[in-house]
Amino acid sequence: MTVMPTAAATEPAPREPGSRRTRWWGVLALVITALVFLIPLYLFVSTAFKTNADINSWPMRLIPRSLTLENFVNAWTLAPFDQFLINSVVVAAIGTVLKVVLAISTAYAFAFLPFPGKRYLFIFMLGALMVPGHVTLLVNYITVGQMNLLNTYAGLILPGVASAFGTFLLHQFFRSLPYEVLEAAQLDGAGHLRRIFSVIMPMARPAIITVGLIALIDEWNGFVWPLIVTNSVNMRTLPIGLLYLKENDGINDWGALMAGTLFVVLPVAIVFLLAQRYIVAGLAGSAVRR
Amino acid sequence: MSSGASDLDARSALSDSARQTADARETTADGRRAAARRRWRGYLLFAAFALPNLALIAVFSYWPIIENVYLSFTTWDFISPQAEWAGLLNYQSLFSGWSFPEVLFRTLVWVVVVVVVTLVLGLALAMLFAQRLRGANAVQTLAFAPHVLSGAAIATIWLFIFDPNTGLSRLVFEAFGASSPAWTNDDSWALWALIIVSIWKGLGFVAIVYLVGIQQIPAQVLEAARIDGAGRWTQFRRMIFPLLSPTTFFLVITQTISAFQSFDVIAMMTGGGPARSTTTLSWFIYDEAFNRGNVGVSSAASMIMFVVLMAITVLQFRFVERRVHY
Repeated sequence: MTVMPTAAATEPAPREPGSRRTRWWGVLALVITALVFLIPLYLFVSTAFKTNADINSWPMRLIPRSLTLENFVNAWTLAPFDQFLINSVVVAAIGTVLKVVLAISTAYAFAFLPFPGKRYLFIFMLGALMVPGHVTLLVNYITVGQMNLLNTYAGLILPGVASAFGTFLLHQFFRSLPYEVLEAAQLDGAGHLRRIFSVIMPMARPAIITVGLIALIDEWNGFVWPLIVTNSVNMRTLPIGLLYLKENDGINDWGALMAGTLFVVLPVAIVFLLAQRYIVAGLAGSAVRR
Repeated sequence: MSSGASDLDARSALSDSARQTADARETTADGRRAAARRRWRGYLLFAAFALPNLALIAVFSYWPIIENVYLSFTTWDFISPQAEWAGLLNYQSLFSGWSFPEVLFRTLVWVVVVVVVTLVLGLALAMLFAQRLRGANAVQTLAFAPHVLSGAAIATIWLFIFDPNTGLSRLVFEAFGASSPAWTNDDSWALWALIIVSIWKGLGFVAIVYLVGIQQIPAQVLEAARIDGAGRWTQFRRMIFPLLSPTTFFLVITQTISAFQSFDVIAMMTGGGPARSTTTLSWFIYDEAFNRGNVGVSSAASMIMFVVLMAITVLQFRFVERRVHY
């Protein structure tokens, strides 16, 4: 497992004055790249607000004649999107919190608490990073079934909260913290929980936020596990709801389908735009196997 | 990796150093007992803090592999009371006809095309971003976004793009005087549709990882090459690309592992069809178990995926070790 050096890829370094001319082909390539990503996104968002007449007219109407919310109403009637939304929020929120708590406490234990054979346990934990998730699906389904947790929130959440990558990342970070500060807190009589909450967590804030955001995005976008472990429409999360909407209506109503897609995408898109710095550095800086 | 674990104990010993200096002064039996008690308290706390996570890892990451080995030698349908021993039957049936070897071949095509094209285009994009043209940051963000968005959502957007009647595909093909293929409904086009979506989704991520790598190259190195009269292409071929080889290797491994496991785009766009033309190994594993109830066949296919991906991971470890020793 290589850990790439973390660097804020999005931060521009100061331009050396006069060292580079702007080349026309560079600008052209940049514009083409932008269009490759913008056009599909524009068609998606605009179709969600287009009337059916506009969607089905040819030649294609790039600029809608009028905007409508009808597609959202249709999506909502074809599939219980309010329930999907609740399920997704519950699973993502609880899953993320548990995962971060487990990562912090495990990383703290490995960094600061004694245990015989601790380094072997650490290797045991890291070994989990090599196990391909897709290979574990079938047996995890059987295990969760034996626990009588199929089609429940607990069943949706439980297998995903174990944290090997997050623990590893936080462990590296905790060990880089100035040791004197921790020792001072210890001598002042601060217990382990006090040390975690008032010394470690404030200092490790960027790393914890990164781990939390990546967990949140993973939980929200999770597809194959929710597909397997739930079997009633009312327990489906948003991405599976989208599959349900597509299969329920075929692909006859692009407006409704794009409106449904917007539900799924919008929360993560907003989080991404607000916390880009953490997410890009976290994902690209230590490119994750999830 | 091993260096991370090796000085763990040293560090935690240090963490107790404040106590230990106190312990050293106490040579009485009482003091020793108190020290032992404190040590046990440390062990208990470690257990309380770390064991829940380690137990979850054992149950949901390691146990599945062990149980999967067993299941691959049995036949079961989820319903009958217990799995029945079947020896090598599942493996034999996988390779008795051409259908599964075709799945493996298709998976190979999928992985190779997705990984190679994503890396080549990603590196080109990174070189473009490294020019720091005005607006490059916004384009970087835009290109990275699909990587964090739901694969199911991206797949749905592209279903619309590929629609031969009202989608962008019709516009593009008509511009060349042709009519759009039916993409996901046509078994000679469907796999390529999925490959395009997969590349589109992963491209921005690869570009940013490469960009980080390019930014690590010391400016003086390139400056020296420039002074020596190296053109841009020579600089790239002789300096930048070789210096990026750790990044390239890392990306090849991680992208290969994730391409093998691609699932949501396939599930959303084609469901393995039409005529199994998009059934890759990951879809096959799901389909055999959860649509057909062939638990044994599915776990035998899982074992094949496991062995292939482990081999790739071991390759990565050996490579990294060699580099470290140089």
